Amino acid sequence: MACGIRLQEAGKKCVIISSGQSALHFSSGSFDLLNTLPDGTKVANPIEALKELKAQNPKHPYTKIGEEKFAHLAQEAQRLLSDAKIRMVGSYHANHYRLTPFAITKPTWLTMADYVYAEQPDTFAWKNISVVNFTAYLDFHPNFFADKFRRMGMSVRDIEIDLATIANNKNNLSEMRSTNIARLFENEKAFANFVDLLKSKIEKSDAVLLPACLGLEHTDIVETLSNILGVTVKLLPTFPPSVSGICAQHLLKQRFMNLGGTYMLGDTVNKVEFEDNRVTKIYTVNHNDIPLRGEQYVLCSGSFFSQGLLALPNDIIDPICGLDIDYISDRKQWFADNTFDKQNYGSFGIKTDEHFLAIKDQKTIDNLHVCGASLGGFNALKEGCGGGVSLLTALYAAEEILGNKK
Amino acid sequence: MESINKSDNNFEQCLKCTICTVYCPVLAVNPQFPGPKHGGPDQERLRLKMPSFYEEANKYCMNCKRCEVACPSNVRIGDIIQKAKLKYSRHRPSVRDFFLSHTDLVGTLSSPFAPLVNKALGWNVTKQILDGVLKVDRHRTFPKYSHEKFATWMKKHADEQKQYPHQLCYFHGCYVNYNFPDLGKDLVRIMNAFDYGVELLEEEKCCGVALISNGFVGQARKQAETNLKSIRKAVSQEKPIILTSSTCAMTLRDEYPHVLNLDNKDVRDHIEIATRFIYRMIHETKAFDVSKLTFSNRPLKIAYHTPCHLEKLGWEYYSLELLRLIPNINLTVLKPNCCGIGGTYGFKKENYENAQKIGAPLFKEIEEGDFDFIVSDCETCKWQIEMSTSKKCIHPLSVFAQALDLA
Repeated sequence: MACGIRLQEAGKKCVIISSGQSALHFSSGSFDLLNTLPDGTKVANPIEALKELKAQNPKHPYTKIGEEKFAHLAQEAQRLLSDAKIRMVGSYHANHYRLTPFAITKPTWLTMADYVYAEQPDTFAWKNISVVNFTAYLDFHPNFFADKFRRMGMSVRDIEIDLATIANNKNNLSEMRSTNIARLFENEKAFANFVDLLKSKIEKSDAVLLPACLGLEHTDIVETLSNILGVTVKLLPTFPPSVSGICAQHLLKQRFMNLGGTYMLGDTVNKVEFEDNRVTKIYTVNHNDIPLRGEQYVLCSGSFFSQGLLALPNDIIDPICGLDIDYISDRKQWFADNTFDKQNYGSFGIKTDEHFLAIKDQKTIDNLHVCGASLGGFNALKEGCGGGVSLLTALYAAEEILGNKK
Repeated sequence: MESINKSDNNFEQCLKCTICTVYCPVLAVNPQFPGPKHGGPDQERLRLKMPSFYEEANKYCMNCKRCEVACPSNVRIGDIIQKAKLKYSRHRPSVRDFFLSHTDLVGTLSSPFAPLVNKALGWNVTKQILDGVLKVDRHRTFPKYSHEKFATWMKKHADEQKQYPHQLCYFHGCYVNYNFPDLGKDLVRIMNAFDYGVELLEEEKCCGVALISNGFVGQARKQAETNLKSIRKAVSQEKPIILTSSTCAMTLRDEYPHVLNLDNKDVRDHIEIATRFIYRMIHETKAFDVSKLTFSNRPLKIAYHTPCHLEKLGWEYYSLELLRLIPNINLTVLKPNCCGIGGTYGFKKENYENAQKIGAPLFKEIEEGDFDFIVSDCETCKWQIEMSTSKKCIHPLSVFAQALDLA
């Protein structure tokens, strides 16, 4: 999507084919750039750590991007998100700290402005806070957060609000999901009832922390709530679906379409034709005999989870284009027995040249860039760099295409 | 063991990621519906063990397929729920369900008396009776019946259509046949401009989508078999089959094999919507030079609403590309919101309120846009939009036909 937006901004005609909705639906509210080096060293300043990253892992996508371009693309990514009206805080010069849904503190690059974050680990100016949850909402665990804040010496008020009291909200298993709660708050009357109820419960809190179930359509709803209550209101992350991630996805899609892009959702590429080391056309399930032809193609089909990579008994393949894959041929070395250890399969991905052009049968494909989790050479979980690799390699591909007028 | 515990759909592909629940329009307004994930793949596992796990609240699914479009794992969630309804529901269709779904019968009976029927359906007293006795909501506006069926009009013009160098078959569907032959006539004019003569299938029955959703699966299968027989004959004569209704197209292509278990592999790829057929002629085979067409230069400010079933087919692109051929057009693509009607779903008294709540964001966007009119490929979206907003809703082919200078 970032690549598509950048291309549309430059006046290119761009089509995105997406097999279902994106991983932003599981977003934590933050994008990581680089949190840890492969040897486990913590990173405070991602850009300063690039030299050491290069020494430790010459195959890392950031090493290919290079230091100078890295800074430029990170800036571009921040601009692109801001232009799409997604409000984020953070800088590529210094990681800040976010909370996970289990209330663990983790470093990160960009965090949605309404979320709880801190410049340094676990430093908050608040003394009295209220942590709110909704009755029967199971994808949020306020006790983890309350416990954490209490250990930091804060006075924590636990508030539970029964949404049935603010709207006619009968219970069922699927109803109490973040997105349905968010929809409820889009209703003016229900929101006003909620504000009244909350006002009566928060007493003298410095900050009111809510599960991130607000702001599906009204992106300024947290600010509005804060102004009405007269205290700081911040969001705490929930389990999926992620309301903020969905909102970000909608804003990015809107931006892409407003710039004239075509978004084909729910379709799957089932055949790609090559000629003279170039992609000539692609066929999809929906469009069948009518192929899509472009001057340039970008593959961002993700890793194993989104079926961009497929593990066979002894092979890893790219089921879409049949590109060469960087992986260890000995299956026994694919995974470690302890789930929490570094898993080698996490670093497998499509082989590319120094410009992220795909390689097929050991030959570079001149008009097929690869970006995001399809790439190999990094471990998003251990290094905390998944969001950054996706955004930066997508923008890298866009800039290569724009510079390359073939 | 295998015969008991085997699913004929792909529910086991579900990763429980919950994305479908975000895009279900019913779940957003009706907490009684278990939702696509729970009513679909989650409960399917239980239903395979014991049919009594079937929950009648799955009747609230409007089969819009938005869950399937959103699903990153390609689970056919809508199909799973439809099949479960047909297999396990103990609910018997009512007299109302019979009349709403047997469109051929009702259309054939109504057409000869169209002026009278149309007038009577507009009376408050008729609406009150339909509401009280049959539970068809009194707020609904009914589509008007045409005195002359489209099929009858076509018969009169069959000879002149044979004069064109190429021939194709048009599956007109119930709406064009009984209610709005003008759309069919627009299609004929356009195809003639592209050097194609239009003929009808040897025998065409209602595609059966309303029969499926109202539980008349035996009748739906019977009609589907008739349609497939006619389609096979046309395909054997190398005639393309085109439609103007996105829902009929989805039913013929996908509901027949997925829900009715009828194999249509041999003809499926020959069935498509007219705007896709035209796109292929202009952009793919270059069989027609679009510069040969002349347009009236009237400026238009219009908005396109993507019907759910067309989005499922992934074919709204073709309708948009056709509209973009019209000079002086200011085209807005409305946000991907369901209009709420769901075919016969929104006509039912028990669904009316929720159907309007589902459509509310779309209606709001339409009213705020200052458009000349709305464009959409689906007849039931048209009824819903025209009833719930101040704008007319026109099929893209009719917009194109009106813009073409065919004099």
